[in-house]
Amino acid sequence: MDRNSNTYTFLYAAIMVIVVAAVLASVSMALKPAQKKNVEIEKKQNILASVNIESTAETAEAIYAEKIIDEYLVNTKGEKVDGNAFTTDLKKERAKSFDEMVLPVFVCDTEEGRKYVLPVYGAGLWGPIWGYVSVSADMNTIFGANFDHEGETPGLGAEISTSAFEEQFKGKEIFDNSGELVSILVAKTGQVAPEEHKVDGISGGTITSKGLEAMLKDDFTGYEAFLNKNKN
Amino acid sequence: MSEPLFSKKNLKLLSDPLNDSNPITVQVLGICSALAVTAQLKPSIVMTISVMAVLAFANVIISLLRNTIPNRIRIIVQLVVIAALVILVDQVLRAYVYDVSKQLSVFVGLIITNCIIMGRLEAFALGNRPWQSFLDGIGNAAGYGFILIVVGFFRELLGSGSLLGYKIIPESWYIVNGGFYENNGLMVLSPMALIVVGVIIWVQRSRNRKLIED
Repeated sequence: MDRNSNTYTFLYAAIMVIVVAAVLASVSMALKPAQKKNVEIEKKQNILASVNIESTAETAEAIYAEKIIDEYLVNTKGEKVDGNAFTTDLKKERAKSFDEMVLPVFVCDTEEGRKYVLPVYGAGLWGPIWGYVSVSADMNTIFGANFDHEGETPGLGAEISTSAFEEQFKGKEIFDNSGELVSILVAKTGQVAPEEHKVDGISGGTITSKGLEAMLKDDFTGYEAFLNKNKN
Repeated sequence: MSEPLFSKKNLKLLSDPLNDSNPITVQVLGICSALAVTAQLKPSIVMTISVMAVLAFANVIISLLRNTIPNRIRIIVQLVVIAALVILVDQVLRAYVYDVSKQLSVFVGLIITNCIIMGRLEAFALGNRPWQSFLDGIGNAAGYGFILIVVGFFRELLGSGSLLGYKIIPESWYIVNGGFYENNGLMVLSPMALIVVGVIIWVQRSRNRKLIED
């Protein structure tokens, strides 16, 4: 067959694409379980990081099983509802109306008392950002935070996942003295706000900083009823 | 086909890219990934292995197909082969070395656009037999990876005081612990990779006079 004819070219391209597609699809299916497992372990590591427990990929599962004593879902009225907290997709929940939303809570026993880990999910500049914020038993003081992102600018917005940024959240408060939810302000230099509600934003990462601030505000609002109910 | 597998000519395919026609220092190809992944030694090594796998297999596949590929779509055929191999590598990394795969993130995908790979397919594999193409692929990937590993070695050692994550500089040397030493923060940033590559080129040319242009 003439190698330069149109028929040959078309046939060649078609067959090649089919073969490649078949190979890729089967490899992807074969490796899916191992990949899913890795994502799960990473999530456990992130949850543990938000209560300031360090873990490696090997130890994460054991530590998680030991420290996380309970996980459940709550609705925005603060009532527990049925369902699997670990596999709940926050992205889907945030898309629902406020009343239908269910949010996961992870309860962790640390050496410094019982902590509640609240997952948060929002939008940065280039894509989603998410994280885990743990609060102490007073349901007000932040014990630790861990953030991650899909594709924020390295060196700028991506700095939200560095410990230098996350450390700032320790000891900050979600509610003010009158019990009003104020969340955490991610501030620029010179912006005036009460110290206990403020962390320093990232220079050059303003949109990511603002996205993070909005994410915390929105998601704490969802947890507000739960937090108020369990205050002691 | 009477030629032995490791004849002088074939061995030259392996050794040339390490020195006289090194893809990075002589041809100045693949610089972008060389800057991006070399802050530590481990990603440099993984990137080297990944590129080696992709380049060797792509070279062999293209060489096997070289008499069937329609001339008008040969670049597309090359791209499909490279892209498929890169996706395979990415999937394997994600399944077995997840943390490294996160670190390399977009750069694994960018192997597709690594000029070295397309360059070798177009310049070598399309006109040579599979075995020679395989050697050429391994050789060029080794030439690329050698530079990557050297750069990664110095950047991790001087920038973080460790190698492959293990501390090399004793803790007591650091100023914070009352010592005299401080890590060079610039080493962790990508501009320093360019400077290290520059130094390597300088050293290489001073030892290999025939590389010096007039």
